[in-house]
Formats: sequence, C-alpha cells, structure tokens
Amino acid sequence: MNHTNNLINHPLFLKEGKKVAFTSEVLNKVHSLMERYPADQQKSALLPVLHIAQEEFGGYLSVDVMDYVAALLGIQPIEVYEVATFYSMFYLEKTGTYVIEVCRTGPCAISGGEMIMEHLLEVLKIKPGETTPDGMFTLKEVECLGSCGTGPVMQVNTRYFEHLTPGKVDKILAEMREYANNDKPDDSTWVEKFC
Amino acid sequence: MGGKILLANIDVPGIRGYDVYRSNGGYTSVEKALREMTQAQVTAEVNKSGLRGRGGAGFPTGLKWSFLDRKSDKPRYLVCNADESEPGTFKDRYLMHHLPHRLIEGLIISSFALGVKTCYIYIRGEFKYLVGILEKAIKEAHLHGFLGERILGTDFSLNIYVHPGAGAYICGEETALLESLEGKRGNPRIKPPFPAFKGLYGCPTVVNNVETLAAVGPIISMGGEAYAMIGKGKSTGTKLISACGNIKNPGVYEIEMGLPVEDFIYSPEYCGGIANDKYLKAVIPGGSSVPILPADLILSTAKGEKRLMTYESLADGDFESGTMLGSGGFIVYDEDACIVRNTWNLTRFYRHESCGQCSPCREGTGWMEKVLYRIEHRQGKMSDIDLLVRVAKNIEGNTICPLGDAAAWPVASAIRHFRVEFEEHVLHPAAMLEKERHLKLKY
Repeated sequence: MNHTNNLINHPLFLKEGKKVAFTSEVLNKVHSLMERYPADQQKSALLPVLHIAQEEFGGYLSVDVMDYVAALLGIQPIEVYEVATFYSMFYLEKTGTYVIEVCRTGPCAISGGEMIMEHLLEVLKIKPGETTPDGMFTLKEVECLGSCGTGPVMQVNTRYFEHLTPGKVDKILAEMREYANNDKPDDSTWVEKFC
Repeated sequence: MGGKILLANIDVPGIRGYDVYRSNGGYTSVEKALREMTQAQVTAEVNKSGLRGRGGAGFPTGLKWSFLDRKSDKPRYLVCNADESEPGTFKDRYLMHHLPHRLIEGLIISSFALGVKTCYIYIRGEFKYLVGILEKAIKEAHLHGFLGERILGTDFSLNIYVHPGAGAYICGEETALLESLEGKRGNPRIKPPFPAFKGLYGCPTVVNNVETLAAVGPIISMGGEAYAMIGKGKSTGTKLISACGNIKNPGVYEIEMGLPVEDFIYSPEYCGGIANDKYLKAVIPGGSSVPILPADLILSTAKGEKRLMTYESLADGDFESGTMLGSGGFIVYDEDACIVRNTWNLTRFYRHESCGQCSPCREGTGWMEKVLYRIEHRQGKMSDIDLLVRVAKNIEGNTICPLGDAAAWPVASAIRHFRVEFEEHVLHPAAMLEKERHLKLKY
C-alpha cells in the first residue's frame, strides 16, 4: 500500500546507522544543562539538548541523533521522537546552510509579509519547505515571530531580520552566500548591518 | 500621565548591564523585601497593588499566589512565562531585551514571597538571542550576591534558569508550558488540579507572565497602595501595549491604564495616527485572539462612552459590542484592510498551532480555515458565513484549554461586525479580487 510505503520512507523511520556523539566540550555543556533540573527529572533537559544536537549534527535531527539524546537523558527513544515531531523548530530532514523562515501571520501580512514571501519564491525558485539544489537555502513559512511592530520579518537560523523590503532581502541573500563561501556561515557581524 | 514604571530608565545607555542598572536604583526593591519585609508582607503589597496577570487573562496576581499549596512538603516552583507568541504581541520581548534585570529583580522578590528555591524562565525558542541576554543578567546577579545561596546574608536561596521552548504557541498556556518544561509535547492538562497544587513535576507551582513579574519590583519599591493609585478602578498600574499594523509609530508603549483608546491611536506620543493618513477601519486591541472591533466601537462603547484602555472599558458590552485588553497586542487596520483575508490568515495560525488533543479545536480550526479560504478565493457560498458562525460556536467552551476560544472569537467577531464584507466576497468575488490586486501593487 502506498500509505505504508510513505511511512517507511518517512525520515523518522530511516536510520542512517552513523555513530553520533557530542564532543567532550559539548557534552560538558549538556551535563551542566541537565544539572538545572532535579535528578529524577532529567527529561526536562530534552528541548534544550535537542536544540544543541540539531546545531551540532548538521542542522536536523536524524533518528540516530534522537536515539543518542534519548540514551544521554535516560529516556526511551519514542519520548524523543514524539517531542521532535511536535515542535516546529526541530527539523527531521536535512536543511540548507541557512533556514529562512518568513512570518506569514496577520500583522506581518498587512505590513508586506506576503510580498517578501513572493519575492523569495521568485528569487530562490523553490517552494516553501524546499531546499535550493546547492544546499544553501531552505525556505519555510512560519507563524508569528513576535516581531509585529517591525515587520515584515524573517528569521535566518537564529537571527531576526526586520523591516524587510525585497531589495533588503536580496542584499541579505548575497551576504549570506558570501559568508558561506568563506566558510563562516554564522558570522555575528552580519545581523548588525541590516537591523 | 504617571511616569514610566516598567520601562523607567530604558533610555539610559548601558541599562542592560548590571552596573548601570544598579546605579539607577536597581535591586533596591530586593534589598527592601529581603531585609525589611516578611514573605506575607510582600504578598500583601502585591495584593494591595491590584496587579493583574499581564499575559492576557487579567487574573489578580495576589489571588493566584494565595492559591499556592503551602502545606505541601514538596518543593515549590515559580515559572516565568516568556513564551510570547500571541500575534500582535511583542512587549515581553522588548522588556527582556532592554531591561533584563527588571525581570530578574521581580523574580527574586516573587520567589521570596512564594518560598521558591528554583525558578525557570520558559522562553520561546525563536527568542534565542534573548537567552544570552537573560543568562548574562542572571550571572551578574549571582556575582553581586542577589542570586545563589543565602542572598544578602538571609536564609533565602534562589537559582534562576532559562529554558528555551521550540516553536509552539500552545506552550503559552500555563499547563502546556509545564508539560513542555518537563520535556514533553505541549499538550495542555485538564484543570483541576491547578498548577498551584500540582504544577511542575507535580509540585505546587505559580506561573506568571514576564510583565506581571517585572511589575513586582516597582510595586515593592513604591508600595502596593501607591501602585493602585495609578490607573483606573480595578485596572491598576501601567500596561505595556505593543502597537502594530497600519499606524505611523509601531512599537511598545507603557501607558497608564485608563488612557482613552482614541488618544492612544492618534496621539503623536503613541501610535501617531493611521499610516498614510488613512481612515481607521478596525482594531484588535489585545492580541489576535480577542474580538475585532470596528472603528466606531473601539473609540466609544455602545452606550456612547469613551472607550478606555482598561480591562473593564474594553470589555464593556461583552462580545456583542466589546472586546478584551488581553495581552495588549494592539493591531490596527486601515480602510484598505480586507477583514476576510485577515480572518482567514488568523484562522490558519490557530489551525497550525492547535495541539490536536481536543476534536472541536483540532477539526474546527481546520474547517474554519478551509471555509474562509474558499470565501477569500472566490469559491464561497452564502451559507458558508453561517456555517462559520456555527463551527466557531461549537469550538468555544468545548476544549481543555482556551486555544479553542481564541480561535473561535476572531471568526465570530469578524462576522458579527463585518458581515457585509463576507457577503460581498461571496456575491462579487471578481470585484474583491480586483481590489486586492490593486492594493498589492501599491506596496
């Protein structure tokens, strides 16, 4: 049945079989995070640890990564899967170097958010949810980013870009390409240039 | 107008750092509370202040604190709700960004009053840059002896931790937030038991909004009675309003409760009037979940009184002709705004954010979005309008948490006040489309 095939091909069911482990530096960070919660409530650290895992292991959560996190926290893998599939900031499929998330909710929409999305669709030539063939950009539509007075807004990885215009978006995209090509995709200076 | 209270000294350069904050009177309220007052006295001041929950519900804070199960021998928790995700609301983000120490100060005093040793700030995952700002402020407070063991030489010890969410509007609901903090899906719990008895890890817990907790420091400094003198009636003190939409000056404003809505919209001190000098069409005054009101009803009540920025005045006329102060997410629409398109947009938001636990909300938000989509996209039928009203009515009050209500109210109120516009979309779809295309070109 088609339905079953789809399930089997779902990223949640595909194990890559790669051994994953945090570096000792990251592991220390994870342990200090776990100390914030009572000893019998280590599951509480799940969301913060998944954020770190996603950052460390290529921008998404593979089954192997989720299993590893489960082992770290002493919980069942299913407890990690059900959380990873619930929250919109966790990605289960490989993303581009930059994940561009454009706010589409009410206040942004009336201040030009729809126009920004249309512009990005045109420039990147992909649909929402897809990644450019060069693996540089993943485009997503998201709900309210809490930036309603400074819209339209998009979030690129962890940074906010506000008061957008199509021209500004073009400049940001060019800048991102340059940083990625220079092998430092997360340069902290680029946000100040635009905000 | 009273001066700024929550946003006092916000313009002082470097106020985000401990030294500048401290030299501008910061943490004196902590010294006062811990050295000169008992737990009960702090709670009494908060009670006297008439402070009400600033997250949206407007529940009296002192009363909420009084419900905390003090007989239990389990540890107690204070959780700060910084999961600000209500469309139109960005006040907590602004406060934490510029004045992180004001929040920390409020958390210390509140924890002292509640007998709490561990406090978590649950912040929405998208605000990752704020986590760094808050953690730096917490570190500074530790260094200067305002956090950690035996604060200011008293028996009181406290640790504050920042806990990021991961993108789920529903986690702003307090029990969903607690579930999420426990490392689970953000599914709201059935109440009772209330968090005051069984909250985080089954322990007595108080969950308060950022703005509410930040107000505790100033209340202790000035005294509850002095705070209650500000504002109007049962809406005491000041409120942060985040204004956005088609206005000249979007931004966060601290207003004294009781300010006329008209002044807020048109005064150059606040919104500065409608952008491009257009006409005001409608306002959603308290975040996207509260009913939308047309211009005449937002400026004055059905009785003809001036509408004021208070919990009571905005709610005057109930849902027939009133709305709610909510979270203070003030969204303004000008004459060109399409109410149908906007309602569809907001319904799409609720469909996306419904946790899926309760059928009325999970299915109802989906159906409302579908029907609104077809009305907006030239495929609507006249009967669709009443269908929407019926679906909204069947969601309202039939769900575990208020997300169902929050999804139903915008739809019900848009049809109540702008029914003609929905009918026009059904009767003259081509004309509506042409109008929107024309508007789009203007951007």
